[in-house]
Amino acid sequence: MVSFLRFLINGISLGSVYAIIALGYTMVYGIAKMLNFAHGDVIMVGAYIAFCAMTYMGLPPFVAVLCAMLVCTVLGVMIEGLAYRPLREATKLAVLITAIGVSYLLQNTALLIWTANPKVFPSVFNVGAIRLFDGNLVITSEIILTIVANVVIMVALTMFTSKTKMGKAMRAVSEDRGAAELMGINVNRTISVTFAIGSALAAIAGVLLCSSYPTLMPTTGSMPGIKAFTAAVFGGIGSIPGAMIGGLLLGIIEILGKAYISTELGDAIVFAVLIIVLLFKPAGLLGKPVHEKV
Amino acid sequence: MKFNKAIVAMILAIVMVMGLASAAMAEDALKIGVIGPFTGAAAIYGNACKYGAQVAAEQINAQGGMQIELLNEDDEHDPEKSINAFNTVLDNGAQMIAGTTTTTPCIAVGKEANSERVFMLTPSASSPDVTADKDNVFQVCFTDPAQGAASAQYIKAHALGEKIAIIYNNADAYSTGIYQTFVEEAKTQGIEVVSETTFTDDTTDFSVQVSAAKDAGADLVFLPIYYTPASMILQTAKSMDYAPVFFGVDGMDGILTMEGFDTSLAEGVFMLTPFSADAQDERTQAFVARYQEVTGEIPNQFAADAYDAVYALYTASVNAGIDGSTDYADACEKLIAQFTSPDFQIEGLTGSMTWDASGAVTKTPTAVVIKDGAYVGFND
Repeated sequence: MVSFLRFLINGISLGSVYAIIALGYTMVYGIAKMLNFAHGDVIMVGAYIAFCAMTYMGLPPFVAVLCAMLVCTVLGVMIEGLAYRPLREATKLAVLITAIGVSYLLQNTALLIWTANPKVFPSVFNVGAIRLFDGNLVITSEIILTIVANVVIMVALTMFTSKTKMGKAMRAVSEDRGAAELMGINVNRTISVTFAIGSALAAIAGVLLCSSYPTLMPTTGSMPGIKAFTAAVFGGIGSIPGAMIGGLLLGIIEILGKAYISTELGDAIVFAVLIIVLLFKPAGLLGKPVHEKV
Repeated sequence: MKFNKAIVAMILAIVMVMGLASAAMAEDALKIGVIGPFTGAAAIYGNACKYGAQVAAEQINAQGGMQIELLNEDDEHDPEKSINAFNTVLDNGAQMIAGTTTTTPCIAVGKEANSERVFMLTPSASSPDVTADKDNVFQVCFTDPAQGAASAQYIKAHALGEKIAIIYNNADAYSTGIYQTFVEEAKTQGIEVVSETTFTDDTTDFSVQVSAAKDAGADLVFLPIYYTPASMILQTAKSMDYAPVFFGVDGMDGILTMEGFDTSLAEGVFMLTPFSADAQDERTQAFVARYQEVTGEIPNQFAADAYDAVYALYTASVNAGIDGSTDYADACEKLIAQFTSPDFQIEGLTGSMTWDASGAVTKTPTAVVIKDGAYVGFND
């Protein structure tokens, strides 16, 4: 029983990281209708910036996170402006391939700057732990922070998209880009803002990911990125609560699958569940089915 | 007068030829190619080998007698680049290879060296595939599987643990190979294995594997893996208040030099290694002192393996009468005869070594333990 709780909490913690990354995928997909495969690598850049700010410049963790968010925001807007905007009217496949290209560009640039030697992320958020059941269940401050950050970000984003003018503009663009443009919404600016928010979230996700799993390498973002993309599809891509639920479920399934079925099949189980869900609900758990109009 | 001119010209020509010949005689040093990853992900290993070999060559050259020249070439832990490096050192006159450092490139280069007839002695490439079906490739280090069996013997002999958990990378031949021989030897030794869990290169979360070990009541966790995942496992164990004995193999080497790593996490971690930098014998101390002067770091076992490789090649060359003018194919056959001869034994930093025709080395397993962020010899 205690070990089940331990697995559950670890699953929620891992799932929370997936969920925050998935938010970036789902927002960009919802609004720009494209899969930004470079998102996972923006996470890695964010983690490296925070690492450098803390280790080499001696900045406090909070300032380091802000630095990472700032750099990632600029990076996200730059990627959008230089690589994706010129392809706005191109086929979806062209944009997808460009995104994969950007992903490799970021990874290899990181390899040049920071080399492939793994760096260990400082445990800045380690301020103690809660011990339950005679110390058999240890909940670290990193786990609590990750879960809290996930909930806060989720609530803030929902408020933003439903209450603010920019949020409404985003929803309008996501609904119908042409009509939104006719109504006087600056579509390019809206998409840039989406990338800015998504990339800032990626920076936070990077710091949280590396706080819990401290090894930092140029490929650190790719696997969590793919898992988070899966989570976004699982929850219904384009839906903010969907990304959250998808991420959490994915994390829990991954950990419980490894714990009770087999560590060798952990990832296989995750993707098997995804396939089953998509067979029955092709739009994902919370996705709205889209009917083709003839 | 024309006749005199011709004589002068001839004499001059002869003098010039003699001059060239004597110049060639003067640089009659034994040329050893050293190939390894000096840059990139595995640079930690390659540089250790490079500088370890350098210290050995300095010592040998200081003794007088036949001199050694090392030809270093970077392979970035890439098989194709390694073959290029191999060809480069041959072009530059290498007569034998002390390398390559890492397994995958070593298998590729070994194949070339076998058809090309160049003698290879790898300090650290530990897969059995490195020497398999090649009569001219030898190892200074244990083979991977031998490390698994040696670990089980060591754990039993020093009573380090009763209930053993194993966490290994099932996507990696190195890790799986050690795991298999460990389990086999554990059975023979009567050690109980209570938990076996796996991960892959993409795994970020190790909580399940560590939980399984903890719940099974393991008092020793065997980690036949590289240092990067090992650092994550140590961190996870700490966050669960789980403190068994951790026992790693040579892939664990490098954990203390990871940038930003909290070395207190590795306190008390055992590592199977043939070399301990704090051994008290004069030779080790001289090696460590000189290595520190050159690099500013404490040498690891890769450095010691490379040091021994250079000494072994040199000793065998002297015994077989190989000098700087012997061509590599001739040197190759002579060295094979030396290494497989029953009288050939090298007293190195990593122990007393002998070889058989398979190319694998025989030596006693020893281990070190990490104390205050440094490797310390373990004597109980």
